[in-house]
Amino acid sequence: MPLQGTIVVDDNLCKACELCVQSCPVHVIALNNDIITPRGFHPAYLVKEGCTGCGICAIVCPEAAITVYREKRAEK
Amino acid sequence: MTRELWKGNDAFAESAIRAGLQAYFGYPITPQTEALEYMSARMPELGRPFLQAESELGAINMVYGAACAGVRVMTSTSSPGTSLMMEGLSYIAGTEVPMVLVDVVRGGPGLGNIAPSQCDYNQMAHGGGHGDYRPIVFAPASVQETVDIVYEMFDIAEKYRTIGVVMIDGSIGQMMEPAEMPPMKELRKEIPDWAVRGGSGNNKRTLTSIYLDPADMEKTNLRIMRRRQQIEKNEVRYKEYFMDDAKIAIIGCGSAGRVSLSAVRNARAKGLPVGLIRPISVSPFPTKLVSEIADSVDNILVVEMNSGMMLDDVIMAVQGKTQVEFYGRMGGLIPFPEEIMAEIERISKGSEPLCDHPRNVWLDRMDSIMAR
Amino acid sequence: MTTLDVKNMQVVYEHPKSLVNISSHYCPGCTHGTAHRLVAETIDEMGLNDTTIGVASVGCSVFTYNYFDFDFVEAPHGRAPAMATGVKRVRPDRVVFTYQGDGDMISIGTGEIVAAAGRGENITVIFINNANYGMTGGQMAPTTLPGMKTTSSPNGRDVENMGYPIKASELLATQEGASYVVRRSLHDAKNIRKAKKAIRTAFETQLRGLGFSMVELLSTCPTNWHMTPNDAAQWLEENMIPYYPLGDYKVHPLVSEIKF
Repeated sequence: MPLQGTIVVDDNLCKACELCVQSCPVHVIALNNDIITPRGFHPAYLVKEGCTGCGICAIVCPEAAITVYREKRAEK
Repeated sequence: MTRELWKGNDAFAESAIRAGLQAYFGYPITPQTEALEYMSARMPELGRPFLQAESELGAINMVYGAACAGVRVMTSTSSPGTSLMMEGLSYIAGTEVPMVLVDVVRGGPGLGNIAPSQCDYNQMAHGGGHGDYRPIVFAPASVQETVDIVYEMFDIAEKYRTIGVVMIDGSIGQMMEPAEMPPMKELRKEIPDWAVRGGSGNNKRTLTSIYLDPADMEKTNLRIMRRRQQIEKNEVRYKEYFMDDAKIAIIGCGSAGRVSLSAVRNARAKGLPVGLIRPISVSPFPTKLVSEIADSVDNILVVEMNSGMMLDDVIMAVQGKTQVEFYGRMGGLIPFPEEIMAEIERISKGSEPLCDHPRNVWLDRMDSIMAR
Repeated sequence: MTTLDVKNMQVVYEHPKSLVNISSHYCPGCTHGTAHRLVAETIDEMGLNDTTIGVASVGCSVFTYNYFDFDFVEAPHGRAPAMATGVKRVRPDRVVFTYQGDGDMISIGTGEIVAAAGRGENITVIFINNANYGMTGGQMAPTTLPGMKTTSSPNGRDVENMGYPIKASELLATQEGASYVVRRSLHDAKNIRKAKKAIRTAFETQLRGLGFSMVELLSTCPTNWHMTPNDAAQWLEENMIPYYPLGDYKVHPLVSEIKF
């Protein structure tokens, strides 16, 4: 069972390039059509469950807009 | 300090070192290559950075980098190299960091030759690269004067955060004359507050010449021009010889001025009321002095080793108050005192008002001048 | 959706400290941003925030100094390696790097970069290769591929008239003064990770005084390639990598021993 993760996207930085959307291995990222950022973009967001906190979205993000969190592994 | 025989190029290199030069970047070009070679031995001897760049383009940009880091830095070159450096000079001026350039002028345009000339005058005193600025340009006439001016130029360039140019013709670079070297200054340890040195947050510094917003660019231009006003107020320099009762004034700088002085001495010996003004600062030009002289003399003869470049500054300063004539040799030729003497005698006999620009009048006479 | 409590989670990835937290002027999906982020991460990890002086060049990245939180100077087009030389020679204890595009470095700047590599200048060069002149609207660059259409090669780069692209890493690697010259790509996460490692190695090379280091980063230009960022990444993989193979072109033995 992979660890659970989550992402926080900075709406001020996201330019809706969709590199993260395509790169996410579990396809949980989409552009949020309900929000328009100050720069006029629909920012990326977690659209469903399943984020493992792998960090790939943040690695491909040209704006460093994504902070990735992952559950801490349980102590033995 | 004793006076020793120094070659001009070696002398200005040593003088810069004594002025606290912290880095030299240059490139070989005749007739100033001795300066590069002198630096290549002396700077490492003193543990100071020296580098022969890949070209004058490389050299001026290395100077630019070092200047941004807040150190005393210079380069030297000659006319074709100066053209290559114009881009870098403009950037340096736009970034408002100081540096010193020694331009050892040779015949041109183009590849020209390696003989001495003053044909960089327009490029340096009237220009210096694209954009709204002018460098400070001093034109010494002897090895000693070059030593003294180079020694001072670093302080002047830093005071105004601008480019200080010492412009000599090739003969001054090549000639050997007795000169006394100034004392060796200690290298400065502190750097100016504006210099980059590695810092972040509140200590981050950016040095650039780009101001995309025209309003910001204009503020920078204004800052540069206000310093230029100060320069024009404080840094005008010249020497006068036999001017008290002169009716004819020769105006010439550098070697042209020096040769003219010989002619003036001869003329005085013959009782002719002639004097010499030798501008040392050609940018800023001694406009006020020339304007005042125009009130008391009947003729001004501008003598240059070019096609009449300082001539335009003189005409502007004179404002038509008196007759201005021109005598010049180009292509790397230096006029002889006899030639200036012939001009003085011609003018003394009484000259008709010119019906054309002094340059054209001179050009029309050039065939007979060259036939002499 | 379950709301996870980030306070009890570990941070896997975040905005680097020395990358200024402002929205950049780079186009959406442009890998300039990725390259900036990698350099900033490296500077952070190595603790070089107060000892680095960057040299910006002319191109889309002309304002790069607005995006890094450390000292910067701006060089004329192509002259960054010379300017970096000037800074490094007078401040050898600082880390000095240039950030240059393909027009800047290998067109107008060919003289300066070859000389710097030849001299073994102890600087680091981050070279962004996106096969066109981005800032001025997408003209042909020395790195434009044969047959590739640009605004100044509208019928495709015709090698008869316009010659062949210049391979900068291969060229500079032949210089004895070059100690670390590698080509990486920014088109997917795996390659971005490798690029990060290369950038770190390059800065480590400089810190240890081992000579000239350069990381060529194959990059996308979605706007001038007229593609979406994802399509541009794919185009890069399919078209640029065959022409500009990824790999290590020069690794000085002492550089290969660097561990971090």
